[in-house]
Amino acid sequence: MAALALEQVVVPLRAFSLRLSLDVDGALALVGPSGAGKTTVLRAIAGLVRPASGRIVSGDDVWFDGAKGVSLAPDRRRVGLVFQDYALFPHLSVRENIEYARHRRADEYLDRFAIRHLERARPADLSGGERQRVALARALARDPDVLLLDEPLSALDAHTKAGVRSELHDLLRELAIPVLLVTHDFEDAAALAERVGVIVEGELRQLAAPGELVAGPSDPFVASFTGANLLNGYGERDGALTRVRLVDGTVVTTADEADGEVVLAVYPWDITISTAPPHDSAMNLINAPIRGIAEIGNRIRVTLGPVSAEITADSRQRLGLEVGQPAYASFKATGTRVVANHADPAREGALPSRAEDGVTSASRRR
Amino acid sequence: MKRALFACLIAAVAIVTLGFLALPIVAIFAHTTPAHLLDQLSNPVVRDAFVVSLKTSLIAQALIVVFGTPTAFLLATRRFRGHAVAVTLVELPLVLPPAVAGIGLLAAFGRLGLLGSTFDALGVTLPFTQTAVTIAVAYVASPLYIRQAIAAFEATDPNLTAASRTLGAGPVRTFFRVVLPLARGALVAGLALSFARGLGEFGATIMFAGSLQRVTQTLPLAIYAEFDRNFDATLAMSGFLVLVSVVLLLGLRIGLTWQRSPSNRSSYLFGPSASG
Repeated sequence: MAALALEQVVVPLRAFSLRLSLDVDGALALVGPSGAGKTTVLRAIAGLVRPASGRIVSGDDVWFDGAKGVSLAPDRRRVGLVFQDYALFPHLSVRENIEYARHRRADEYLDRFAIRHLERARPADLSGGERQRVALARALARDPDVLLLDEPLSALDAHTKAGVRSELHDLLRELAIPVLLVTHDFEDAAALAERVGVIVEGELRQLAAPGELVAGPSDPFVASFTGANLLNGYGERDGALTRVRLVDGTVVTTADEADGEVVLAVYPWDITISTAPPHDSAMNLINAPIRGIAEIGNRIRVTLGPVSAEITADSRQRLGLEVGQPAYASFKATGTRVVANHADPAREGALPSRAEDGVTSASRRR
Repeated sequence: MKRALFACLIAAVAIVTLGFLALPIVAIFAHTTPAHLLDQLSNPVVRDAFVVSLKTSLIAQALIVVFGTPTAFLLATRRFRGHAVAVTLVELPLVLPPAVAGIGLLAAFGRLGLLGSTFDALGVTLPFTQTAVTIAVAYVASPLYIRQAIAAFEATDPNLTAASRTLGAGPVRTFFRVVLPLARGALVAGLALSFARGLGEFGATIMFAGSLQRVTQTLPLAIYAEFDRNFDATLAMSGFLVLVSVVLLLGLRIGLTWQRSPSNRSSYLFGPSASG
């Protein structure tokens, strides 16, 4: 797989400048609030926006080099871009949209994306999920070296989203090209990508495997933005519930349906910490020494076994929690959610993270 | 009581307005029957005016499309110094009194005009030729097309052109396969308005091209010339022009509704200036 590399790319925007260095191989997601410059990253790679400086390289092809004055036109870059609103040509049929990218082999893509029955339809007559499949088929029919996805799930209603997300997840694993997707939803990013970068006001705050971001946020913004704990394991149905055996051997129960490799999400504020085994309705109990205690704004994040819980400073004092001390974390089966099925287990601690001070928007929570 | 009176008053005023607008049209057809109209086609003056009008209009509209479309695309997609001046220039003939436009054309292309000596050297005389009629029509009618084209190109979703580029199409292919097809409805509407305006051109033509039967005498000029000689011929020609206008307007209306059907998703194709 020829990697995509952004080397100190700078794009001046209205309120701030986008400054980014990034190596993309496999699936990488950039998450951040709206207006963080995420779409600009994609447009710069596609050649729709010209950076002020830096280099953009795909494999051996130099797409942009500010110092040498190289900037290939969008049509000379082998890039597939799926727009947020999909940007299907309204005057062309599904088949014609795909043929626009590739004259002869449209059939291959109609079959691959199961849209042959729609080949004569106009984009306006398609559902959101169908439009996305056409947009993906069209982008891939170009035979790109890099696939870029702009908020791939945001145009879909909640009902369609779950199914499309799982389809998209499988597709991204099959592709042998680097995929860069941007989204404002950390859960989507974690479900789709192997690595997730958090971007705020044009700067990359932290880049790591999704689980790593949750367990070790480099700053309060990343912490509040990432939100959920992500638990990787292998699920088996057990009556109305699903038992998920995690990588470290812990078994977690969820009320969602899942089978095979799964990623579970559980929010830190849904987890209770205690020093004695609690006597309540929570089905999940983890007993382990406390790995870390971090202050995040007005909250305390306590990491224990595979999960992090958020409690108040008062609770911490009352319980006298210290690092290394054994404690119990409990959460309800209904407090967990399956965010991905058939997922690859997230890589442990693969990438260095960078801490930054002076974050003002730390208290914002999704 | 007051409300009812108000409603009646509004209705009454509207009726007067519509009647006022309809009356002259009705009057023309009250004097002409279709048979009468066809009869007048054998009148050489009418026939010649018909041919001159058709020929000059078609050539003028072709010129407007060929020169106006790229100009409109440039003005719609690029911002540069003097952009506002350029747009004003495009719109100027719309508000300029046609007679003034005719004088201007004469001052530019006439024998003693700005470019007169140049044309003289080339052995070309423009004033009082059929070419002059075409130029006058093109000058006066062009804003209706170009304005509409600018609005249409501005309304093209920039993501669609961007998508085209990322799919490997260069600017030329993007223009002909995406921009132009999406703007087509609006361009045709603009052309219809421009055609109607050009067909009725009078002031600039009579100043710059004169009114010579078989050469420069268009239908409106012939109507004026025949006015006190052969009232039947004027009525026939007027009737014909009314018919053309009505057909064009109705065609526009129908085209507009068709374009706005949901499966086309292109209600934006028509800029505000197309509402008539």
